[in-house]
Amino acid sequence: MAQRWSAGVLQYAEMGYWQPDYEPKPTDVLAAFRVTPQPGVPPEEAGAAVAGESSTATWTVVWTDRLTAYDHYQGKCYRLDPVPGNPGQYIASIAYDLDLFEEGSIANMSSSIIGNVFGFKALKALRLEDMRIPPHYTKTFQGPAHGIVMEREYLNKYGRPLLGATVKPKLGLSARNYGRVVYEALRGGLDFTKDDENINSQPFMRWRDRFVHCMEAVNKAQDETGEVKGHYLNVTAATMEDMYERADFAKEIGSIIVMIDLTVGYTAIQSMARWARRNGVLLHLHRAGHSTYTRQKTHGVSFRVIAKWMRLAGVDHIHAGTVVGKLEGDPLTVSGFYETLRCDKAGADPLRGLYFEQDWVSTPGVMPVASGGIHAGQMHQLLGYLGEDVILQFGGGTIGHPLGIAAGATANRVALEAMVKARNEGRDILTEGPDILRAAAKRSRELDMALSTWGDVTFTYESTDTPDLVVTPS
Amino acid sequence: MRITQGTFSYLPDMTDEEVALQLRYAIGNGWAVSVESTSDPRPRNNLWEMWGLPMFGQRDPAGALYEINECRKAHPGRYIRVSAYDSRHGRQTTALSFLVNRPQADRPQADRPR
Repeated sequence: MAQRWSAGVLQYAEMGYWQPDYEPKPTDVLAAFRVTPQPGVPPEEAGAAVAGESSTATWTVVWTDRLTAYDHYQGKCYRLDPVPGNPGQYIASIAYDLDLFEEGSIANMSSSIIGNVFGFKALKALRLEDMRIPPHYTKTFQGPAHGIVMEREYLNKYGRPLLGATVKPKLGLSARNYGRVVYEALRGGLDFTKDDENINSQPFMRWRDRFVHCMEAVNKAQDETGEVKGHYLNVTAATMEDMYERADFAKEIGSIIVMIDLTVGYTAIQSMARWARRNGVLLHLHRAGHSTYTRQKTHGVSFRVIAKWMRLAGVDHIHAGTVVGKLEGDPLTVSGFYETLRCDKAGADPLRGLYFEQDWVSTPGVMPVASGGIHAGQMHQLLGYLGEDVILQFGGGTIGHPLGIAAGATANRVALEAMVKARNEGRDILTEGPDILRAAAKRSRELDMALSTWGDVTFTYESTDTPDLVVTPS
Repeated sequence: MRITQGTFSYLPDMTDEEVALQLRYAIGNGWAVSVESTSDPRPRNNLWEMWGLPMFGQRDPAGALYEINECRKAHPGRYIRVSAYDSRHGRQTTALSFLVNRPQADRPQADRPR
């Protein structure tokens, strides 16, 4: 132990950051990192370095450690497992004492866990795969402003996925034309329409003009259908003051939902979640930018961690993958994301990439949004894979319908209701799906046209982000 | 004009046999079926008139269907909806809700397939 305090550089493992006998406490925050050490760096040292650099350590021994109960504050790598089928990669499990974190702050937790350590030279690559947030910490966060149950009660819509569409083209429409697209899609049968992530307040359409025209469309569609409907008004802006101004205006003119992008940052998201709960307005989050760090399997942060953080931060909706659409999404991995967003208690399930159990202690669920290259012909797969508490967003699959936008919306709604009805009647929708759709199309010209336009479109590319217990395409 | 509240408003109105299959699904999930009606010609609200209490102990779809038909006989000109309630911890909310009766002005056109 005398050596522990000699001036100079000491291996992290010897400084107490590798503790294979450590038994995590129920109050500890746990993290699973995929570690790829540089050649010659032993895995224990790499795991210890991650634990050290994400908690108390620096590169050399400091005597000022002795002014603290340092062993209490040290992150502890307590377990290392080689990754099956990927030599040179290890899953390092690390425990952090609750005292390391500020209550209710995603910014603080993420600055600790992913702050410096990802640039550490002794590691070739590093990925944060999953975290276990103990109830003691979970309860310090607001959680979703409303959650799945409250959203359904607001909307008076039960027993089926919700339907949405993103207005296209995403850039260039004037406010008047934009409102037309919203109206047609909502009156045709969608529950929601949506601004895209990069539609904020540009020269071709300023935000206030867009909001006013969209709300005329929402109100008119509500009157005609007798249903509650909404348009996600994107309030993403350069400053918090601008975002509050836009959100307040959205609420003032009667919008039931506003939207922000992940690019606004964790603190702004938490502020907007508080605003949303205070004002009774649903909060939709678009995960713009996430693929820059979630997609590659060896380096970055898994989306399941981002999903967990966003549930704590307090959003009501988040995009979480489609399985069958145009964007990245291995079926088992995506089902792990959905479990993370919706369940109150989730068990560890390595087949779905869930490394830890997670108890949400009654934190409401977040409604996952499936968006990107999906169409009515996939309805059986969408319902079968994603279940009922999900928003299915058909952008091109609504607006590109040959008979027009309202017809595209109707096609989606008919397909959805027919599939839910068949499932409830006890039919096996994954195998009988195409027959069920064809039968429904006999009574719906809109669905018939949709099936003949897109019925065969599939996106069969291999996923890059897959669980380890199946083979990873290289 | 047809209001499109409820889970199945974009499909042709259901026969009693089809309604019974949905009731079987709801009861099989342990949900309590309830029947409500409203005389509001354009309802866009939550609070409809309850046709008795939710049928918490009812395990037989035919029994639930009987109540639906009794409500239809009493209120042929009203909107009537059937809901299934999931009282499990973490849900404690409606799990399924669909219309089973519409006023004359909102009935399907003659050429609409049934």
